[in-house]
Amino acid sequence: MLGFIGKRLIAMVLTLWAVSFVAFAIIQLPPGDYLTTYIATLAANGDRVDPATIEALRRQYGFGESYFVQYWKWISGIVLRGDFGQSFEWKAPVTTLIWGRLGNSILVEGLAVIVMWLVALPIGIYAAVRKYSLGDYLATIGGFIGLAIPNFFFALILMYLSFIWFGETIGGLFSPGMENARWSPARVWDFLSHAWAPILVLSLAGTAELIRILRANLLDELKKPYVTTARAKGLSEFRTIMKYPVRVALNPLVSTIGWLLPALVSSSVIVSVVLNLPTAGPLLLRSLTSQDMFLAGAIIMLLGMLTVIGTLISDLLLAWIDPRIRYGSK
Amino acid sequence: MTKPILSIADMSIVFSSPDEADIEAVRQVELTLTPGKTLALVGESGCGKSVTARAVLRLLDKNALIQRGSITFEPKGEAPVDIAELKQDSLPLRAIRGNQISMIFQEPMSSLSPVHTIGDQIDEMMIIHEGLKPKQARERTVALLDQVGIPGARDRANAYPFELSGGLRQRAMIAMALACKPQVLIADEPTTALDVTTQAQILDLLRQLQADFGMAMLFITHDLGVVAEIADEVAVMYLGDVVEQGSVFDVFAAPKHPYTQALMSSIPKMARKADRVRLSPIKGTVPAPKDRPEGCAFTSRCPHAFEPCPTIRPARTDLGNGHHARCHLLTRVPVEEPA
Repeated sequence: MLGFIGKRLIAMVLTLWAVSFVAFAIIQLPPGDYLTTYIATLAANGDRVDPATIEALRRQYGFGESYFVQYWKWISGIVLRGDFGQSFEWKAPVTTLIWGRLGNSILVEGLAVIVMWLVALPIGIYAAVRKYSLGDYLATIGGFIGLAIPNFFFALILMYLSFIWFGETIGGLFSPGMENARWSPARVWDFLSHAWAPILVLSLAGTAELIRILRANLLDELKKPYVTTARAKGLSEFRTIMKYPVRVALNPLVSTIGWLLPALVSSSVIVSVVLNLPTAGPLLLRSLTSQDMFLAGAIIMLLGMLTVIGTLISDLLLAWIDPRIRYGSK
Repeated sequence: MTKPILSIADMSIVFSSPDEADIEAVRQVELTLTPGKTLALVGESGCGKSVTARAVLRLLDKNALIQRGSITFEPKGEAPVDIAELKQDSLPLRAIRGNQISMIFQEPMSSLSPVHTIGDQIDEMMIIHEGLKPKQARERTVALLDQVGIPGARDRANAYPFELSGGLRQRAMIAMALACKPQVLIADEPTTALDVTTQAQILDLLRQLQADFGMAMLFITHDLGVVAEIADEVAVMYLGDVVEQGSVFDVFAAPKHPYTQALMSSIPKMARKADRVRLSPIKGTVPAPKDRPEGCAFTSRCPHAFEPCPTIRPARTDLGNGHHARCHLLTRVPVEEPA
């Protein structure tokens, strides 16, 4: 098991390195750079910029130098000093900008994942065991509706309804006064009273999908002879199903946990804009449109990191619950 | 004669499906099991022998219904129970399953859970039926694994099914079935998926364990060689009907039903070249259950079929010494026939 973890960790570092290389290439792809955009904006406003200042900036960030030199400047800053560079647009270090945002992202999306599993597990199991029952049909219909409604649209409906019925606007994650307060019971409460809406919206499609996958997996497993064996032993039906087929049906689901985190971050961009959430998604969108390359690069890099960490977690979970993988890796 | 421990009387099982007509997979089954004896249930694929075996523990799918008949289980010193009447997932049924009647299956790989250790799956039997603590159960498991001839039982208890060979897996399965010292063991083609050498070992083991535990055994197979090796009694099934039951010697030496006779003469025999005769296979093919004649199911292939066969179901005729068969030939009143 230790060897397995060690191998995975080495692979993870190498993957991250590759991710950083590609991330930097991506943010360099658009023609020009932030400075040309910046000069163009100023020129459009009729301002003139001192060529000396521009030249100084250019040299500081290594614009105009080869890709590898620029990459080296960027990555060595991250690895050696934890310095992700400066955001041009916000005129602040990238690190101070993203940590809070990323924390919010992980918090909201992590809660959405938990809600997804808590809701989808019992419904999926029920739908498989009572196949073609009324409950199964309801779960199926609900599942397809959940899959079909675009998240941002659901968010809009929710905002509309809550305004019509309760006269409240939903949006944001905190009340204005609580934004920068320290964590306390009051702040947790404030967070929860705001966060239920985005969590509901973000978990909707995922829950629907999870129900469908779990139902399909479990239907396959329920027909397997080992389930009959378990029944023939005299186990109760509930225990038979929970201990044997459900356990096996969960394996493929566990392996998808890894992709869930980054998928949620990138799919939640529009929802975050609609619901005005201070998460990483909108920040990424904006940094990309304004060619704020270091900010964009840092976010892409961190998304990559989330993917890699998520995959590692699901690999370890899978090895833990499935002996065939644990022993096969020797 | 000792009292039977399990007797199935006039059982019929119907499978229903939403888009087809109902299929009566098992039409008329009588079987009796005696303590300490092995009854082999033979028949070709699809004749309903596995369905019959599963019905005894009520392990059939939801679309199968025991339409008629009874499955009377009479354990030593207890009142008889009709298993066919018990509710699915009810306590009385669960108390019988695994505890008093247990079952081993054909495919030892897929019949064991791939993600639980062998030991865990065997311990569970004793934990649920006898309320043992996990530690005590594990001790018994190791002893059982040892008894069924698994080397290094203590380590193997912690192994997963995929780490064992087919023969060892089937031994583990047998250990599991015997964990609570059942009075009846149902073996549904336990050796079909194994190679011949392993098959012989497993048969030896089952025979020896039966002597040790004194249980009755219902052994499902389509292999007449296996029957000769393990069974005391044999019941022959054809298309949902038990056509003949009797001791192995009676049935093999003097089969009374034309199907059994045809079956016996279709076994290749070892003989010197000069004495060899051509195999005589049974003519025709097995009809689908929906095309089955109303009377005797074998009518369409029987060389002796006459007037009552297609329409009237033959009665169960007692031929003495516990030998029964269902054939009109046996009850035919000899009348002079026009030449």
